[in-house]
Amino acid sequence: MNDQTPISREERIEKLQGLGCSRKRVEDARFTQGKGNYIDDLKLPGMLFGDFVRSPYGHARIKSINPEAALAVPGVLAVITAEELKPLALHYMPTLAGDVQAVLADEKVLFQNQEVAFVVATDRYAAADGVELVEVDYEPLPVINDAFKAMDEDAPLLREDIKDKMEGAHGPRKHHNHIFFWEEGDKDGTEKALDDADVVVEELITYQRVHPCPLETCGCVASMDKINGKLTLWGTFQAPHAVRTVASLITNIAEHNIRVISPDIGGGFGNKVGVYPGYICATVASIVTGKPVKWVEDRIENLSSTAFARDYHMTGKIAATKDGKITGLWAHVLADHGAFDACADPTKFPAGFFHIVTGSYDIPVAYVGVDGVYTNKAPGGVAYRCSFRVTEAAYLIERMIDILARKLDMDPAELRIKNFIKKEQFPYQSALGWEYDSGDYHTAMEKAMTTVDYKALRVEQTENRAAFDRGETRSLMGVGVAFFTEIVGAGPVKNCDILGLGMFDSCEIRIHPTGSAIARLGTISQGQGHATTFAQILASEIGIPAEDITLEEGDTDTAPYGLGTYGSRSTPVAGAATAMAGRKIRAKAQMIAAYLLEVHEGDLEWDVDRFQIKGNPEAHKTMKEIAFASYNQAIPGLEPGLEAVSYYDPPNMTYPFGAYICVVDVDVDTGVIDVRRFYALDDCGTRINPMIIEGQVHGGLTEALAIVMGQEISYDEIGNIKGATLMDFFLPTAVETPNWETGHTTTPSPHHPIGAKGVGESPNVGGVPALSNAVHDAFAHKGLTHTQMPHDHWRVWKVAQKLGLTD
Amino acid sequence: MSDIKINMTINGQAVETTADPRTLLIHFLREDQNLTGPHIGCDTSHCGACTVDMNGKSVKSCTVFVGQANGADIVTIEGIAEADGTLHALQEAFRQNHGLQCGFCTPGMITRAYRLLQENPNPTEEEIRYGISGNLCRCTGYQNIVKSIQIAAEELSHKEAAE
Repeated sequence: MNDQTPISREERIEKLQGLGCSRKRVEDARFTQGKGNYIDDLKLPGMLFGDFVRSPYGHARIKSINPEAALAVPGVLAVITAEELKPLALHYMPTLAGDVQAVLADEKVLFQNQEVAFVVATDRYAAADGVELVEVDYEPLPVINDAFKAMDEDAPLLREDIKDKMEGAHGPRKHHNHIFFWEEGDKDGTEKALDDADVVVEELITYQRVHPCPLETCGCVASMDKINGKLTLWGTFQAPHAVRTVASLITNIAEHNIRVISPDIGGGFGNKVGVYPGYICATVASIVTGKPVKWVEDRIENLSSTAFARDYHMTGKIAATKDGKITGLWAHVLADHGAFDACADPTKFPAGFFHIVTGSYDIPVAYVGVDGVYTNKAPGGVAYRCSFRVTEAAYLIERMIDILARKLDMDPAELRIKNFIKKEQFPYQSALGWEYDSGDYHTAMEKAMTTVDYKALRVEQTENRAAFDRGETRSLMGVGVAFFTEIVGAGPVKNCDILGLGMFDSCEIRIHPTGSAIARLGTISQGQGHATTFAQILASEIGIPAEDITLEEGDTDTAPYGLGTYGSRSTPVAGAATAMAGRKIRAKAQMIAAYLLEVHEGDLEWDVDRFQIKGNPEAHKTMKEIAFASYNQAIPGLEPGLEAVSYYDPPNMTYPFGAYICVVDVDVDTGVIDVRRFYALDDCGTRINPMIIEGQVHGGLTEALAIVMGQEISYDEIGNIKGATLMDFFLPTAVETPNWETGHTTTPSPHHPIGAKGVGESPNVGGVPALSNAVHDAFAHKGLTHTQMPHDHWRVWKVAQKLGLTD
Repeated sequence: MSDIKINMTINGQAVETTADPRTLLIHFLREDQNLTGPHIGCDTSHCGACTVDMNGKSVKSCTVFVGQANGADIVTIEGIAEADGTLHALQEAFRQNHGLQCGFCTPGMITRAYRLLQENPNPTEEEIRYGISGNLCRCTGYQNIVKSIQIAAEELSHKEAAE
C-alpha cells in the first residue's frame, strides 16, 4: 500500500489543505444550488403548523380568552393557552439567566407581541386564520419602558409572579422591578483615583436596544413518536445539546429519549441561543396530537419577541493625569432586560464579560456596578455578534477614551498608545480580574496608522475644517479610531457554565480503514464554515487531506456533547478539542507505525502525513497506511480501530484584538454620512483560513455599520414597539455598505493548542466604536462631546443644527 | 374559496395543478412543488430571499399570489444550472470568491444576479450594488457578492465571445 508516485514534501503539505490556506468552502455546493436544508424546508408526513396569538398591549391583564371562533375554522385543531399548560407545569419555563419566562401569558401580558395562545392547524394558512379569530379581552395597565423609571417608588409592579421573591438568582432585589445588582473591582480605590486625578471625564453612554436579525428567523419542528416515546426536535439552535438538556428538564422526558437536530442555520448572531415559547408550544402540541408540529416565526415576531441585544445605559468616569496617563476607570450600567430576564450569559456573570471594560489599556484600578431592571419590553439580551456584553464594554471605553482625548486636547490615537498594555506585560492581569493571554498592541496600532497614513488624514481634516469655516464646503470630515480587546472562547468550566453545564466543547474523530475520516463536534455552524475550517485543523494534525474528512455537527444523537456556537467560542474551544482529538489519533498512529516498522516509538518522527524513522525518511508509514493497519492487524497491546474523542476545557479565555481606523464625510445639511474608508486590522492569533476570516470581518463590520447608522428597537410611551419590520429596522443594502479593507498581525494564543483566538465577533466589537467615534470626531471641534446612537440622518442633522451649523 | 387551476412553466417543466387562490407563490413553490431553494426572510418584500425569475423579471415571490403567476415562466435557483448539471457562472463564482456564508440569501441573490446580468451584461460595481439592493445579506457585507457577480459577468462575456 505504499504510495505509487512519490511527491515532494511541499506537494504533500499543499494536498492536505490544512491550517493557513484559503480553502474553498465545502458548504457552498449545496447552498449555491438551492439545496440547503433549513428548518422551514423540513416537511414531514402529517405535519401540523402552529402560530401564536400575541398581545397588542405592552402591559395588560387578560380578562378572558375565547377560542370558539378559531376552533370553528376548518383545519384548526387546537388552541393552547396557559390554562392548558398549567397542569403540565409548562406555562413558565426557566430562562438562561435564572429567571422564569411565561411560555403563554399567565393572567397578564408584559410586552407587546407576547405569546398568549398557540393555534395548531393542518396548514399555515388555517393557523393564521385561527389566530385572527381567538378573542382575548384585555384590561390595559400602566407601562414602563424607560429603564430609569423602572425603580421609581410608584413604578407599577410588572412581575406579579415573583413579587414576593426578593432574593433573585444573583442576590437580593431592591425593588419589585429590580433583577440584580452585580459589581466587580475596587470601589474605594477607584473613587480615590477619581478624587486624586488631575482630570476626570464623565459621560452617560447608551448602547441602544438592537436585534441580531439573521435572515432566517427562529423555528422548529417537534415530533413526538408515541410508539417509542422518543421526541425529535429540529430547530434553529445555536446550542443543540443545551437545548436537549433544557428540554428534558422542562418536559421531564428522559434525555436519552430526546434527539435535537440543528439543520443548516440561516445566520444566528446570538438570536438562536435562547429557548423560546415556540419550541415548548410546538413540543406540547406534538405530544398532544401525536403528529409533527412546525413553528416558524415571521419577521415581525422575530424582531419583537425573540432575543434583543444591548439596551445598556452606561455611565463612565475616567481619571487621568494631565499628560494623559489613565489612573482609574469607574462604570455603572443600568441594564434594561425587558419583561423576563432571559439574557444569555454564563451563570456567574449576569452582566456577561462586561468587566473587560478596561479594554486595551493598563488601568491600575477600576470598578463596575450593574443594575438589571424589568421593563415592558421583549426579553432576550443575547450577545449579538459579540462575546457576552463585550461590545457594550468596548463601546463605553472607546468612547470614553475619545472624550478624554478631547478634554486633554490630545490626539485620540496618541492617548491610546500612551496607555496600551505593553507587549512584555502579557500575560496581563487586568484590574477587573481577567488574565489577557497575549497581545502586541503597539505593533498593531502602528501598522494600522501607517496603512491609512493617519498623520495625512489629520492634516486633511484640518484643511477641511478651515474650508468649512470659510463656507467652501458643507461636509465635515471625521476620523474614527478604535482599539479593542475581545474576550472570547467561553470558557473554563471552573467559572463558566450555562444552567450548570460547563462550557467545554468537544470533537470525536473516526478514521475509516481506507484513510478518510469523519469528525463530529459539539458546535454548530451558522455560516462560519465549520465543515471547511475544522477539517483544515484536523488535516494539519493527522495528515489526512481536508477533502477526505467529513465534518458533522448539530445532531445530539451522534455528536459529542458541547455547548454550541456563539460568543466566538467555536475556534477557541471546539477548535482546540479538534486539535487535541487529532493528537490522540496521532499518538495511537505512532504506536501502530512503530509496530509496522519494527522500531521503538521514540525512533519515529511525524512529518506532514506520516511517521518516518528519524534519519531515514524513506522508511515511513503514511496515515493512510496506518489507518488500514489499525483495522486489519492484530497489534499486541492495542485495540483495533483508530478513533478518538476530546472534551476540551480551556484553561483561559482568548483575547483577540484589533486596530480599526475609519474616515467619514458628514453632510451637515442632510445628516448623511459617507464612510469613505474603513481599515480593520485584526489579530485573531493563528489564522486557519484567511478567506473565511476576511469574510467574517466584512460581515461583522457591516453589522456594526447597521447598528451605528440606524438600528434601534424602540417603544412608544404606551408600550408599542416601533419598527419591527424590515421597512423600519435598518439592514444596510449593498448600496449603503462600503468596501472594507482588512489587515492583520498574528499573535498566537499561548494556551490554545494551535494558537487560534477566534475572529467572528471582533469586527462588530471594534466596528461600532470606530464608526461612532468617526461621527463624533467630525463635530468634535464644534463642541460635540457625545451623542447617542444610532447616528441616522435625522439625528445627525439634529446634532449639526444644535451646534449651529445649519441655517 | 374553491381551488383554482394553475398552469405554469417552472424551470422548463410544465406544471398543471390546482391551488387555493390566496396561496403565495413562495409557498406554492416551496410546499407544493418542493422547490425549497427560494426562502422566506421577511414577509414584506424587503429581504429578497424569495426572489425568483418570472417572465424575465426578478420578482419577490412572497408578494405574488399563485394565481398572478398563472401562465408564467418561472425560474428558481434550482433551474439556473445547465440541464447536464454544469453550474452557472454565478454559482461557480460565488463559491470561488466566498460570496456566501450562511447561504440563506444566496438562492435569491444568485437568481437576482442571473437576471441583472441579462439586463446589463457588463455592469459597473455601482450598477451591481444598485442592481442587488433589493436583496439583503446579513453575513457577507456584500463585498464578495459584488466581486462574485463581477467575475461571473466577465466569465459570461468571455463565453459569449468564444461562441
